[in-house]
Amino acid sequence: MGVRIKEFPNVFLELPSKGKKDLLRTMIRIRSFETRVEELFLAKRIPGFVHLYIGEEGIATGIMANLRKTDWITSTHRGHGHAIAKGAQMNRMMAELYGKRSGYCKGKGGSMHIADFSVGMLGANGVVGGGFSIAVGAGMTAWMKKTDQVAVCFFGDGASNRGTFHEALNMAAIWKLPVLFVNENNQYASTTPVSYGVSASRISDRAVGYGIDGYTIDGNNVVEVYNVAHTLIDRLRAGKGPILLECRTYRVKGHYVGDPEKYRTKEEVKKQIEENDPIQRYTSYLIEQSFLKPEEIDALWKEAKEEVEAAVRYAEEEPYPAPEEALEDLFGPEQEVWV
Amino acid sequence: MSILSFSEATLQAMIEEMERDPTVFVMGEDIARQGGIFGQFKGLPDRFPGRVLDTPISETAILGSALGAALTGLRPVADMHFADFISVAYDELVNQIAKNRYMFGGQANIPLVVRAPDGIVPGAAAQHSQSVEGWLMNIPGLIMVSPSSPATAKGLLKSAIRSNNPVIYFEHKVLYPQKGEVPDKEFLTPIGKAEVRRAGKDVTIVAYSIMVQKALEAAQNLSKEGIEVEIIDLLTIKPFDLETIVTSTRKTHRCVIAHEGVVHGGAGAEIASQVQQEAFYYLDAPILRVGTKNVPIPFSPPLLDFVAPKVANIEQAVKQVLYREGR
Ligand SMILES: Cc1ncc(C[n+]2csc(CCOP(=O)(O)OP(=O)(O)O)c2C)c(N)n1
Ligand SMILES: [Mg+2]
Repeated sequence: MGVRIKEFPNVFLELPSKGKKDLLRTMIRIRSFETRVEELFLAKRIPGFVHLYIGEEGIATGIMANLRKTDWITSTHRGHGHAIAKGAQMNRMMAELYGKRSGYCKGKGGSMHIADFSVGMLGANGVVGGGFSIAVGAGMTAWMKKTDQVAVCFFGDGASNRGTFHEALNMAAIWKLPVLFVNENNQYASTTPVSYGVSASRISDRAVGYGIDGYTIDGNNVVEVYNVAHTLIDRLRAGKGPILLECRTYRVKGHYVGDPEKYRTKEEVKKQIEENDPIQRYTSYLIEQSFLKPEEIDALWKEAKEEVEAAVRYAEEEPYPAPEEALEDLFGPEQEVWV
Repeated sequence: MSILSFSEATLQAMIEEMERDPTVFVMGEDIARQGGIFGQFKGLPDRFPGRVLDTPISETAILGSALGAALTGLRPVADMHFADFISVAYDELVNQIAKNRYMFGGQANIPLVVRAPDGIVPGAAAQHSQSVEGWLMNIPGLIMVSPSSPATAKGLLKSAIRSNNPVIYFEHKVLYPQKGEVPDKEFLTPIGKAEVRRAGKDVTIVAYSIMVQKALEAAQNLSKEGIEVEIIDLLTIKPFDLETIVTSTRKTHRCVIAHEGVVHGGAGAEIASQVQQEAFYYLDAPILRVGTKNVPIPFSPPLLDFVAPKVANIEQAVKQVLYREGR
């Protein structure tokens, strides 16, 4: 399960067993959260709409394992997994999904705007492609303050067709900004297959146009994601400039919960679930290599379930914001310049 | 007091604020190598190496990265080259910059200035002449200011940079070379506060940017006919200083609003609505608006002259609310 591309050493093998276990833990935590969110949404406990990250956990997990709390990420409408992997707390996330006051955004954002600035998670975004230039700006902060922080911009295959993709990659490239553009190619943009909507056979090929490196890897192989991200993020910290990393994955759930999914067959989805599930693949590998015992893995699922249930209880019990709180938080505090 | 042009006054503001706070930086097209198309950045890059950045022609990335920088600890000033090009980065401005603080529950401040050179330059035609504050009046989360003199140009820019919130700074292109008195010692022009430029008892004129000067010219002509107007220089277009306008209107019983933007759906519409609500029983005439006619800015001189708001239009509106002359 190591790495097929020679330039990326298999640093995964050097991880202590806790590190190997943590990768699985994060994936299981995301899966457990998302599975429960789907149920809660269908049970009408969560308003609005939700986009699930199920089946794509390997990417956020493998990348974020190489980031520090002080690094930044920008996320997408499918942002729960990014938030959890970057260190956001499930209870405040769940409270936000419920629209409660103690949610991360005080009930003003919901699923599509989940954010935790205290861990550098600069926000999910309801505008597809909204994160590109924001990540560039975070990269500028590291560049101008001469720190070794990095910014990671997560974006979908559909988002790679936005014009802002071009402006952001070019700008990051001319200034050699420490930004990793992580494409989560899950084969669909809503109903549109990538084979129809994206002109390039590999999204990473678009890197050539900006004179930067581009790679395509198996996003459902968390070991590969971990290893590649390790090398690439080191390069960013060394000031070598931005990189485009395409992670191939598959969205096994609908675009949103409730999606009738008329654009693909059930067989296609079933095959992916059975053969390409990132958690299953990693679990088998860990057991095969005797890195982890089955009972340890069972314990991780149990632990995650308890954490999610506690988050649900928290979200259920917390109060809604008072209606007038809708008028707060538009502007930050001012000292001298306002009347 | 020193005599400075608008360009020089804004340059002074930039220098003072960049010296005061190392997190302030400025980015835009042709500002470092060229010094800005109106010379408003001349010499700044030498003084602050690495903090005056020429960008590619990428308005979306300019505003978006300014936001990213603001969210992570810097205080960017983003120059739009021409206010007209805000449309290229409209999503970044209205869906990201204006909303990020609110939709994330106040987790971060957005200390960001967008410098937007606006207004009619004869011959610049439809895409280089607009006053676009009307596009943004309807967006909660944005502050808009516009100076009318070199002194307010300096004071407002300094305040905009020190503000912890997104401020769009509209600077009229025709005014850059114009000179005026600027106090030597440090000062800020407060955001949200209008200034009474001329006292008068007959009609209140609310104006901003270049229209303040046109209103002052109109006032002189009207004075010869025995009409004394009071001129309010708005300075902050949003949130505007309703109290000062209402106080004046309750005194004069008449109000005319003058801006260079298109009348239809412009800032004046909102001002008029709020003023009538607060001063309805004091009004002796409908509130009138003076601005550009409802077409894009045309190229040919006689066409431009016909659609652009002029001193004479202000005089005519004043007389109309006084029932001195019919339309
Ligand atoms: C600018 C913009 N256009 C369209 C949409 C509607 N929309 C939301 S998600 C989505 C598909 C995005 O596809 P992709 O980038 O591949 O991300 P995925 O949903 O697959 O994770 C669309 C079209 C939007 N939110 N923003
Ligand atoms: Mg997709």
